[in-house]
Amino acid sequence: MDLSLSDEQKQLQESAERFAREKYTFDNRRKIVATERGWLPENWAQFAELGWLGMAFSEEDGGYGGGPIETMIVMEQFGKGLVLEPFLPTVVLGGGMIARAGSADQKAALLAPMIEGKKQFAFAWLERQSRYNLADVSLKATKEGNGWSLSGHKGVVYNAASADEIIVLARTAGSAREPKGLTLFVVDAKAKGLSRRDYPTQDALRASELTFDKVSVGADAVLGKVDDAFPTVEEAVDRAIVALCAEATGCMDAINAATLEYIKTRKQFGVAIGKFQVLQHRMVDCFTNAQEARSMTLMASLKIDDKDPTVRAKAASGAKVQIGKSGKFCGQSAVQMHGGMGVTDEMAVSHYFKRLTMIDLMFGNQQHHLTRYSNLAMAA
Amino acid sequence: MDLSLKPEHKAFAEEVRAFARENLSPATREKTFSGKHYDRDDHIVWQKALGKKGWLAYTWPKKYGGPGWDVTQRFLFENVLAEEGAPRILPFGPKMVGPVIYTFGTEEQKERFLPGIRSSEVSWCQGYSEPGAGSDLANLRTRAVREGDHYIVNGQKTWTSFAHWGDWIFCLVRTNTEVKAQEGISFLLIDMKTPGVTVRPIIMTDGAHHVNDVFLDNVKVPVENLIGKENEGWTCAKFLLANERLGIAEVPSSKRGVSMLRQIARIEPQDGGTLADDPAFTAQIADIDLQVQALEMSELRVLSTMAQGGAPGPEVSTLKVRGSEIQQRIAELTMEAVGEYAQPYQPGMLFHDTNETPIGPDHAPPAAPRYFNMRKTSIYGGSTEIQKNIVSKMVLGL
Repeated sequence: MDLSLSDEQKQLQESAERFAREKYTFDNRRKIVATERGWLPENWAQFAELGWLGMAFSEEDGGYGGGPIETMIVMEQFGKGLVLEPFLPTVVLGGGMIARAGSADQKAALLAPMIEGKKQFAFAWLERQSRYNLADVSLKATKEGNGWSLSGHKGVVYNAASADEIIVLARTAGSAREPKGLTLFVVDAKAKGLSRRDYPTQDALRASELTFDKVSVGADAVLGKVDDAFPTVEEAVDRAIVALCAEATGCMDAINAATLEYIKTRKQFGVAIGKFQVLQHRMVDCFTNAQEARSMTLMASLKIDDKDPTVRAKAASGAKVQIGKSGKFCGQSAVQMHGGMGVTDEMAVSHYFKRLTMIDLMFGNQQHHLTRYSNLAMAA
Repeated sequence: MDLSLKPEHKAFAEEVRAFARENLSPATREKTFSGKHYDRDDHIVWQKALGKKGWLAYTWPKKYGGPGWDVTQRFLFENVLAEEGAPRILPFGPKMVGPVIYTFGTEEQKERFLPGIRSSEVSWCQGYSEPGAGSDLANLRTRAVREGDHYIVNGQKTWTSFAHWGDWIFCLVRTNTEVKAQEGISFLLIDMKTPGVTVRPIIMTDGAHHVNDVFLDNVKVPVENLIGKENEGWTCAKFLLANERLGIAEVPSSKRGVSMLRQIARIEPQDGGTLADDPAFTAQIADIDLQVQALEMSELRVLSTMAQGGAPGPEVSTLKVRGSEIQQRIAELTMEAVGEYAQPYQPGMLFHDTNETPIGPDHAPPAAPRYFNMRKTSIYGGSTEIQKNIVSKMVLGL
């Protein structure tokens, strides 16, 4: 057993840390939030140049042969900087599903340009009624000549406004909420019949509601096997969850560091408020929570490649439960210890708090994953 | 002992309900139940209606123009108004400075200020906190120096709720720097239109503008605006804070929050049914429901003591602590009930009249912003840490 990073991984960590520190100062981030896209093309080009867009993919897929640990390293630093570039939807979700289920042609047409920084993706799975159930999909794809016609609605689709292709989870057979009968389609973001309503999210990312009105796609738009997308989706989402957990650990480190600094310098009753035991113990609990979050994220990153889907799913859900719990504790505590300053838009803590809160809501909150873990553990 | 209502109290509750239905604007009521932010008129038009009826200063004795209600009537009044979707009465005039004025003020001051508070013709805000005086309130630095028949006031107040709507501000100012912190403080009323008063907005994490910095730069305040004696303002300050802690538990709005949460759970879809079918979630609602009941009964026990002529003791701090935790938890559960659709940020739905349809369900737009915003409840009005210090010292003798 060895839980230390290799030299290459350490270098990756340093360069990601430097990127977040230099490009994502509080003021810079504010400016990026205000741009039309909500992220910077020059940063994306830098990701490509540094090899971050291809690091987690195999060499035969045109990547650099890394894996979940590399993703964890980069996502953690993105969490520290509250980085806005759409790495999760494009690389982890989109790239991940294409690498797993795509044909050689699709990999050449989609994955290769993605690794070069020339294509971005969005993943449209959620619908109004879905909550956290990945199989609760009613957007219909029906046969139309050699191809398919898609009609229905998708919600809270991150990066849809910037994506070149939308990867859409559609029902091709089976009844509501049946895992069997789901198919993934790669749809041109500018396809006729596809309309968007764009908006910012609570944590300053960009998402959209999508309406598909008889959107026609060819047979080659199918990603993987018809009616059999669910295992691909479940695995991709588990991987995205672990990446989000890594991002959350970075957020927790940053918010804890800011709070520690604040309670060391903020004076009341003639002393730094960090001299009060009630705050000291709370700060220790924050530190412990962040440690537990890091541990569970590392464990999940190490288990996510396991061939047994149950091992993988339990690891992802277990980490998500921990991140939900720890993120809430660190976020709420940071705001409380900052006092009034913590609830203003002017302080970084409130922005980390929002991101941690939204991470809990993405792909199933703490309660959802506790239930999922519990069901898997009881079945064993 | 008896929990049931006497017929005259039942009739009173119906009178309050009829009044609310007649006088509360449907638009304001709609904002309450959809979680939109109120604008100035939502508060002031409603408060003026209450004022006209003689109900705005509902905690005041008859002697000062209040209705002279017993604790049961006050309890019913607050609960019925919350059920009917009325905005909370802004406390700065009727609940904060009003009682200070009729308790510590001169006859002239009572005549001058109380009518405008009772009618809501004059809006007030609270100049307590400063950048260096939060939990350590007595550390305040805003200086008032006597020059003839005026004070010249210099300093900065912060976290001043609704200063941008305020006609007057009641301030704690330092009038003596030579003595122990608490002994050199005075309670001063300042007209916001006086030259040298500047209000700067502070934008909160949910994007809302409720609080402000207030800068006081050589503000000339007549000495007749001093309440109580010079350097004895701390007594007024503490009297006001004790009153504030009582109402701040917000039990009626938490009861409304629990019932709205149950309603949302009945609508929110999950696995072909609704969230109301999920025992793991509904048990969490039940848990907070019971916490609200425990808090309400504790508050009623305090009110009952007061009805026998007792004063609210330092134990009211526990009500404030639990009240804020409960408000936060209800907001948290509401956001979790909305789930993924709590992610879109929809300021238009929160702050403006709009014909747009919301993204996701109607109850989605305020869910996350409210959760973020409610973190303030364990910070303002004396943080949870300060309240617990009070209880440990004053109640437990530790």
